[in-house]
Amino acid sequence: MSSLSRDDVANLARLARIQMSEEELVSLSHEFTVILDAVARVQEVASADVEPTSHPLPLRNVFRPDVVLPSLSTSEALSGAPAQEESRFRVPQILGEE
Amino acid sequence: MIRDSASQMAKALAAGDITSVALTQVHLDRITSVDTDVHAFLFVDTQGALAQAAAVDAKRAAGEKLSPLAGVPLALKDVMTQKNVPTTAGSKILEGWRPPYDSTVVTNLRANDIVILGKTNMDEFAMGSSTENSAYGPTHNPWDLTRIPGGSGGGSSAALAAFEAPLAIGTDTGGSIRQPAAVTGTVGVKPTYGAVSRFGLIAFSSSLDQAGPCARNVLDAALLHEAIAGYDARDSTSINAPVPQVVNAAKSGDVKGMKIGVVKELNGDGYQSGVRIRFEESLELLAKAGAEIVEVSAPNFEYALAAYYLIAPSECSSNLARFDAMRYGLRVGDGEGASAESVMNLTRKAGFGREVKRRIILGTYALSSGYYDAYYGSAQKVRTLITQDFDKAFQKCDVMVSPTCPTTAFKIGEKSNDPIAMYLNDIATIPVNMAGIGGMSLPAGLAPEDGLPVGFQIMAPAMADQRMYLVGAALEEALLTKWGAPLLSKIPELRGK
Amino acid sequence: MALTYDEVVAKYEPVLGLEVHVELNTESKMFCPCSTIFGAEPNTQTCPVCLALPGALPSVNEKAIESTIKIGLALNCSIAPFSRFARKNYFYPDMPKNFQISQYDEPICINGYVDVEIDTDEGPKVFRIEIERVHMEEDTGKSLHVGGATGRIHGAEYSLLDYNRAGIPLVEIVTKIVPGTGKYAPQVAKAYVGELRDILRSLDVSDVKMEQGSLRCDANVSLRLIGSQVLGTRSETKNVNSLRSVERAIRGEMIRHAELLNKGERVVQETRHFQEESGLTRSGRSKEAAEDYRYFPEPDLVPVAPDAAWIQTLRDGLPERASIHRKRLQEAWAVPDKEMAAMINADVLNLVEASVDLGADPTKARGWWLGEISRIANDKDLAISDLSITPSDVAQIVAFVNSGELTDKLARQVIEGVIAGEGTPAAVIAHRGIKVVNDDGALMAAIEKVCAEQPETAHKIRNGHLPAAGALIGAVMKETKGQADAARVRKLLLAHLGQAE
Ligand SMILES: [Mg+2]
Ligand SMILES: [Zn+2]
Repeated sequence: MSSLSRDDVANLARLARIQMSEEELVSLSHEFTVILDAVARVQEVASADVEPTSHPLPLRNVFRPDVVLPSLSTSEALSGAPAQEESRFRVPQILGEE
Repeated sequence: MIRDSASQMAKALAAGDITSVALTQVHLDRITSVDTDVHAFLFVDTQGALAQAAAVDAKRAAGEKLSPLAGVPLALKDVMTQKNVPTTAGSKILEGWRPPYDSTVVTNLRANDIVILGKTNMDEFAMGSSTENSAYGPTHNPWDLTRIPGGSGGGSSAALAAFEAPLAIGTDTGGSIRQPAAVTGTVGVKPTYGAVSRFGLIAFSSSLDQAGPCARNVLDAALLHEAIAGYDARDSTSINAPVPQVVNAAKSGDVKGMKIGVVKELNGDGYQSGVRIRFEESLELLAKAGAEIVEVSAPNFEYALAAYYLIAPSECSSNLARFDAMRYGLRVGDGEGASAESVMNLTRKAGFGREVKRRIILGTYALSSGYYDAYYGSAQKVRTLITQDFDKAFQKCDVMVSPTCPTTAFKIGEKSNDPIAMYLNDIATIPVNMAGIGGMSLPAGLAPEDGLPVGFQIMAPAMADQRMYLVGAALEEALLTKWGAPLLSKIPELRGK
Repeated sequence: MALTYDEVVAKYEPVLGLEVHVELNTESKMFCPCSTIFGAEPNTQTCPVCLALPGALPSVNEKAIESTIKIGLALNCSIAPFSRFARKNYFYPDMPKNFQISQYDEPICINGYVDVEIDTDEGPKVFRIEIERVHMEEDTGKSLHVGGATGRIHGAEYSLLDYNRAGIPLVEIVTKIVPGTGKYAPQVAKAYVGELRDILRSLDVSDVKMEQGSLRCDANVSLRLIGSQVLGTRSETKNVNSLRSVERAIRGEMIRHAELLNKGERVVQETRHFQEESGLTRSGRSKEAAEDYRYFPEPDLVPVAPDAAWIQTLRDGLPERASIHRKRLQEAWAVPDKEMAAMINADVLNLVEASVDLGADPTKARGWWLGEISRIANDKDLAISDLSITPSDVAQIVAFVNSGELTDKLARQVIEGVIAGEGTPAAVIAHRGIKVVNDDGALMAAIEKVCAEQPETAHKIRNGHLPAAGALIGAVMKETKGQADAARVRKLLLAHLGQAE
């Protein structure tokens, strides 16, 4: 029986950068009790001798040559920017590390 | 005209019976008259479509050799970038965003002179099976406007069924092309993973996502398939091999001697009776057409849904991290003293819908240290087991078949508060994505109990997409003979308005 | 209580761990075809991929893979037959996707080593630095902080982002923990980074300019009581951007840790920033609440599985290993250890070698680079490599001296002119009108003039007191503005005064 507490959900929401109301935290933690029970079924057959598949295609060594192609123009690059200044993306103050 | 197939329209264009501009205009008019009720489109590119159509007409007038679908209009799922055309993926977080680049699918459509009418509605970031999760309101099923058109590509399938477009593009991560096709009585194909470039497809789950054709018959789907498929160096997971000859297969429809494997586990309990009736009937028709029906077993399919709801959320939790209010899209909470982190938190709170948040949180959990092996790691092992099931089954048969969905279209709102019930919709479509093989859904008739379309699913081994078209064309032909007209000719004119 | 370094190493044993990030010198970025040229206008080298626009996908630069394998081979690593990219998930505005494509548990190169030699109290000693892994990843964009008093992040009102650097290929070279260096830890670390730099330069895979950030070192340091087997808590000093700073940062951290431990306090596991001015480190982000990066295999890329033939081709193309190469040069040039060390320390070995390759005599070339040119660099507070004089200039100057067209003294003027930007040595000679006075008539005139001005000295020489000749030669040289050949002057002077050598 897996479950997530309200605080677990709050920590995940912080990692995922999603602000959540108290109501959302509580209701998600309830939902997760059900969902995790359902998905935890994978453990029934995931024995140690089974190789994991992370990708459906058995491709290897797909590379591109080291050749420069044209970039976007600066105005195209910045076309979606919520704010810009001096050809740069303007963003709110970054707290924390340099 | 709008009720014709794409190939019939292409023929009329080639014969000079109609211009692409005129054909495009009748579809734009149709959209104007019905889309307030259906809501298949998020954006109609009237000017762009007419300009593209005029250009095709000019090429044709100049005697240029054109591709088979040149001049035929198409509806594009809003998950594909199209330069300077609003692209939202059904999310508030991308409202108003106009990409500065074309997806490879759009590049290929343009190269084939297929006219793009506009962008179709979808569950936000393709997460859903009903198109109710669109931030811009639900799409309605043209068979019954109170019902869902399937999802996530409900806008594309509804546009086909409402005769707003003869062709559409969908994307299929766990059934988002096939399930909408099934519940709208249309054809939808998820090609082998890697057959169609993902460059410009706004990622939901990278190892599962695959774009494919949506149409009203098998041949149209095949023509569109060949137009959009092919190697793309910008997608490292793209298949570098010739595209299978699916148009030839769709024209042939010869299934004599083919072995068709009925998946024991995808039938029976949980499948609506009308769905089972139509499925059995289709098997009989295929047997009559010369195919041999065998039973195959895929014991690990019962774990596919669980594995899918770990893998897809995990990948999406990472893929959707880029929507952070810094470079494009919505920005909430900016102002004096606000930090980048708080703006990210508030923007993602306001910009993502509930289902998207639910999956991001689930994926964040499944990847976190200490839980990775139990969840994401175990799900990847299930993926191996499912692929092995397919491999074994395909030793006994050429294609595998099942009903596409357990039920016909349900009512809008009926399952929106029960994620697990909603997830069960995709139980028969998900194994295909897990193994990266091809899957097609085509109409098998109407369920007697509710008069709603039922889908028949065909699954083929990786890189053997032509087999789906062979079998699909054979079944379509047999059903057409039986019905005397295509299923969509029976669609009521916007019932339930 | 401030501790001395000797007190620290008498009680504690340092354990090092070094992570070096190297920017590769590919033409295009790691995962997209944008240019990597340094210093372009903001956001002119960006595309849907490196801006992480919705729908964009990465594709791997083949040259970057080759460079990484070459680095692995040069560092004696095994090349993994199967490796994968992974996503390292965390949010930061200078990282467009909010994950970095890196490698996690399946790096491309593993288990190598580098030997470095340093002078110890017992003479030269070799320390083996074991390499845990070499892996590929991508750089982030650059932020400009606006509104803060110092342009730094703290107190800034907002930031401006330029993504030209986002996606530049990086190789990360991580050592295993390095115990057993004792009091030499700072020197060993410096020598290791210097050796890496030389190796990378010889491979021609990176510009390896620490000042420009194309080679950056993070130094992990912890202390344990001598004799203890338990590892202490480490601090991680970021982006130390010169060889000298590597040494200073480690020494400073050792003292800081020891002072904390002596007081019974604990060392906090954290990131610290090296302050060039003070030589101290400043606290950065605490790593105690471990960031959960949620690594998983990058689903948009396929595995890298180099076959043996490809690896062999790359191995065959490797240049001679730096240390072997140096030994060979030392023998060929017959240079004593001390002189060799001086060239390495002054960072002129490759310049001397290049000059010799262009025909200069090794001793002369070494003399110019270590002497006059080093002196000018020192005066200007610049790195020698930043001066505008080239090995070709030096080779030409040596040739001019050999042919008698320049004296050593004139050669100094030419060097000064070249560094001042007056052009090639020939151009400086022409432009400044520098020439050796070889005209015996002109020299004789000067000699007669000088002898007349200093009759007593001339008299002494006539009487056989040869050491007095120096003064008159000096005066002649002055008279000819240094353009005379001093040996010729001496000969003519002595003959004039009736003497022979
Ligand atoms: Mg790193
Ligand atoms: Zn780029």
